[in-house]
Amino acid sequence: MSERGSRVWKYGDDVNTDLLFPGKYTYTLRDPEEIAAHALEDLDPEFATGVRKGDVIVAGRNFGCGSSREQAVTCLVYNGVVAVVAESFARIFYRNAINNGLLAVVCPDAVDSIEAGDSIEIDLEASTIRSPAGELPFAPLAPTLRAILASGGLIAHIQQTLSA
Amino acid sequence: MSSPACNPQTFAQKALARAAGLEATTVGQIVDARPDIALSHDNSAAIRLIWLRFGRDQVWDAGRMAITLDHAVPAPTTRHALNHAEIRRFVVEQGIDNFFEAGEGICHQVLSEEALVVPGQLILGADSHTPHFGWMGAFGAGVGRSEMAAIWATGELWLQVPEAIEIEIRGELQPWVSAKDLALEIIGRLGADGGLYKSVEFTGEGVGKLPLSERMTLANMMAELGCKSSYLQPDDAVFSYLARGRLQQAAASPRDEALEETAQELERGALYPDPEAPYEQRHCFDAGATEPRVACPHTVDNTVSVGELAHVKVDQAFLGTCTNGRLEDIEIVHRILDGRKIAAGTRLLIVPASRRVLQAAIRKGWIDDLLEAGAVLGTPGCGPCMGNHQGVLAPGEVCISSANRNFQGRMGTREAEIYLASPAVVAASAVAGHIASPAEVLET
Repeated sequence: MSERGSRVWKYGDDVNTDLLFPGKYTYTLRDPEEIAAHALEDLDPEFATGVRKGDVIVAGRNFGCGSSREQAVTCLVYNGVVAVVAESFARIFYRNAINNGLLAVVCPDAVDSIEAGDSIEIDLEASTIRSPAGELPFAPLAPTLRAILASGGLIAHIQQTLSA
Repeated sequence: MSSPACNPQTFAQKALARAAGLEATTVGQIVDARPDIALSHDNSAAIRLIWLRFGRDQVWDAGRMAITLDHAVPAPTTRHALNHAEIRRFVVEQGIDNFFEAGEGICHQVLSEEALVVPGQLILGADSHTPHFGWMGAFGAGVGRSEMAAIWATGELWLQVPEAIEIEIRGELQPWVSAKDLALEIIGRLGADGGLYKSVEFTGEGVGKLPLSERMTLANMMAELGCKSSYLQPDDAVFSYLARGRLQQAAASPRDEALEETAQELERGALYPDPEAPYEQRHCFDAGATEPRVACPHTVDNTVSVGELAHVKVDQAFLGTCTNGRLEDIEIVHRILDGRKIAAGTRLLIVPASRRVLQAAIRKGWIDDLLEAGAVLGTPGCGPCMGNHQGVLAPGEVCISSANRNFQGRMGTREAEIYLASPAVVAASAVAGHIASPAEVLET
């Protein structure tokens, strides 16, 4: 997977799941369009209307902390976001991301180097982000996670494994 | 000596080895773990839709599933009601016996009362507070909806054996100070990501001095440290409580010998970290030196001493949730309200963590007193914790809450402020009308 020309939305530390997708919608909204419309509404009201297919989010520490709600990931996926780059991730969000085919990259250097609106390219093969500030290496993803991503998510991955 | 079984192990290493059918595990190893219990709640209808993609008629093992309706009960809207109706149909179709209806209580509380999970077991829950089960020495971890669907289909899930942090507890809590204060102290000091991905393992003589309800609060709150799981070393008090929970399903007053026998059986399943376990970090906290703490908006690690917040006027005081909605928590509120009035302009909302908690509080006479004092009572469940219903806030309002999260927007609007505190501070603040320590209220 190599993402070219991704436009960056930038946020800070501890972006929690309530900010990504408010809890009051978790047991009623199922339609992807409805879920997408509420993405980040309490953090950045301009996100859901301004985001474009192929965009990425760059953020600080503990991204996705809080609830296990998977819509915190799917609301980004349904909006066309292809990756989140963060200094660190909360563990359930991280798993949910990979399980839904959303690339989650741990890259502490990215926070200081990449600005909102930058165009960046994430090269998963080379484990490198190419940004206006230069090349930023990140630790390669574990083989298990790469396999899930390559399948397009956890469910597809298990289906392939079971039928193999 | 090179065999991994010879090396000292953390609790997490041992628990995941057992769950994966291995002799031992190493930190960082990825294992296929088979949970003893797979827990889900109001999200079960959405999980079912994912599970259907596997094209199977039957779940892997209905006996190992537990489903509670707790997050928005009774249904506040037609959409919530439809969600519940789908879950009820699924439960009947699959023959899931461990189903707990709306009003039975919050999943973590109910499964603890019912002793559906016991020490040394693995419980995976589609709920971020599943580390709660660390109170009894079980390995509890939260997972997403897709992961729960995968478990329903295959009975297993990949897990990485986490690094572990040891937190030694010394001493005993002072009167009116609780494990919530201790948890806020720990999270304030280590940070909201201080335990990210890790197993947080409590050891030391102080653990045994904590009442079981306080152990539940402590384990539960470690979710806000970012942990994968938490663990308190289990003792006789844990085994007896769970033995009673197990046996009360069969008989109202089980025989002493049967209780003893069951407690011993549970003890045999308990797991303890080895003395020289490879902890990545070690910390020590003195329970006796802990003072009332409050987490200020909008992060749980933004903690201060309660005395710094006397200027904060309170619109709503909320007592409840899986963190602090137990009988002992209601008792504290009852004791503080005794003969006192809730301040004009302040509301006190009480949502018991389970039906059993509510029934016990009714039998004690506390509910009558609290209602007389002006408290509002909600149906056992999660209440307004994540902004679904039952006491959400208006823009500009302040809530002092016994819950676990004060994230912006959590209780319905981003323009409200949530402060987190112990049941004693919640009750004292309801009486004072501003954020107050129990000492301030009890002196007057």
